[in-house]
Amino acid sequence: MLVLIGVLLVIIGFAIRLNPLIVVTVAGIVTALLGGMNPAQILDSFGTGFASSRSVTIFVAVLPVVGIIEFFGLQEQAKVLIGRLAKLTAGRVLIGYLAVRQLTAAVGLNSIGGHAQTVRPLVFPMAEGAALRRYGHVPEKISEKIKGHSAAADNVGVFFGEDVFVAVGSILLITTFVDTTYHLHLEPLQLALWAIPTAIAAFLIHGFRLLRLDKQLDKEYREYELTARIEFAGEAK
Amino acid sequence: MINVEAVYWLIGILFLAWASLIAADTTHPRRWGSSAFWGLLGLCFFYSTWVQAGTAPGWILGIAVLVLVVLASTGLLGQGKHRTSTGPERESYAKRFGNKLFIPALTLPLVTVILVLAAPVLVIGGTPLLDPKNTTLVALAIGAVAAVVVALVILKPKNPATPIFESRRILESIGWAALLPQMLTTLGILFTKAGVGTAVGTLASGLLPKGSLIAGVVVYCLGMFLFTVLMGNGFAAFPIMTAAIGWPVLVETFHGDPAIVFAIGMLVGFCGTLCTPMAANFNLVPSALLEMKNKYGVITAQAGTAIPLLAVNIGLMYFLAFH
Repeated sequence: MLVLIGVLLVIIGFAIRLNPLIVVTVAGIVTALLGGMNPAQILDSFGTGFASSRSVTIFVAVLPVVGIIEFFGLQEQAKVLIGRLAKLTAGRVLIGYLAVRQLTAAVGLNSIGGHAQTVRPLVFPMAEGAALRRYGHVPEKISEKIKGHSAAADNVGVFFGEDVFVAVGSILLITTFVDTTYHLHLEPLQLALWAIPTAIAAFLIHGFRLLRLDKQLDKEYREYELTARIEFAGEAK
Repeated sequence: MINVEAVYWLIGILFLAWASLIAADTTHPRRWGSSAFWGLLGLCFFYSTWVQAGTAPGWILGIAVLVLVVLASTGLLGQGKHRTSTGPERESYAKRFGNKLFIPALTLPLVTVILVLAAPVLVIGGTPLLDPKNTTLVALAIGAVAAVVVALVILKPKNPATPIFESRRILESIGWAALLPQMLTTLGILFTKAGVGTAVGTLASGLLPKGSLIAGVVVYCLGMFLFTVLMGNGFAAFPIMTAAIGWPVLVETFHGDPAIVFAIGMLVGFCGTLCTPMAANFNLVPSALLEMKNKYGVITAQAGTAIPLLAVNIGLMYFLAFH
């Protein structure tokens, strides 16, 4: 039970907004000490942990292409393109992406999307472009919200789409674990079928929230305009 | 065969290139600290190859990682003033190139997915062309390189190193957050080694009142959810919660359909993944990549879906799995 102190440290550290790198490092060292590891083993764990987790940092490889197309006005062009489609709002762009992401993941095409592959270069510029067409100017607060929801649409889509496909890691983990531990014989297809109700629920809940997102953004923009006007009036005195 | 280590070396080379650009930038406010951080990070990507192969000691890398943490958290790492194209310049470029600008952006996912799908038949002399254990990673890296080449051909920048200069701007705005996903993964490994999982499993089965089906379903699902939040992924939570409650209580005692209980149990774990910074690759990498002010903005956007979906899953399991 003592090892849970490390978990507590992470929660407290994140809650009081210390630098997450420090929080994670200290929590890791404390947990390892409580778990009976010696300093040499702990250093070794940080090393092997880094080496075996390098795949998480793969996103760095797409920065060069994102950099050059942004330099040549990708985001501006995304705004022009979306601007022609008058019915598109940020929420509707993201619902479309959610549907595509979920359906492609359900047929095993996981790698077609992702934060590095599609969200940063394509999805976010389009969603922001839609907001720009609607408001004429996108304040930072609204831009932040659209960024968060662009990444969220990708995650929700892939998480609750991929499990409908039989050959995905999580399904195979269930069958291997259950079959070897409890001597059952579960078919991956059965598991995939029972993932469908949740997949539908996920699309409905998240889609509904994205429809409401447009109204929230409208409201936030009105508030922004109001405070901007008040500030302007204050200066004019 | 294109090994995944080649991908990590490519990333290492990129970090070294950015580090030397920063070292050469006399206007950079944290010139030496920043170039030391990115340079050391790049070297770690190379050295890790031998650590992973078991031919070099891991503790040296461990020390280097701690040095990176110190550099990043003591204010020695900073952001330079990088000149990029101005708003009006970008608008005139956008007019000139139009929708051609999307071609490199689309090249990336298309090349990736085509390579992933074609990987099983891309075999030369008996060895697969792409590392079969890491097909997606290798395919993504090739997709990224292909997209840069396509961008250079279409856009013809005056300086062919433009992709490197421009990505340095994005990298510096990401800053220390670039290291965080790997540190969180390491923390997850340390948690598992120290037995955090077993402790949570014991705790959850201790909380369970005997003889109530709905209580069993709720504790199994909440356990999967909370455990995933702590460990950062449902895969770590599933075996432990299933051994503690899913199998003995829900399947053996209440005769639940194992396929339904376990399929939904795993999906409940995914709701937890949506809510935790520990799942850094899903929740913190994008906030870094999108240069968000609030590092937890993605989690905020997802929590409103994850919590109702958790409740829906509890209901689905209760009504579908037990006849």
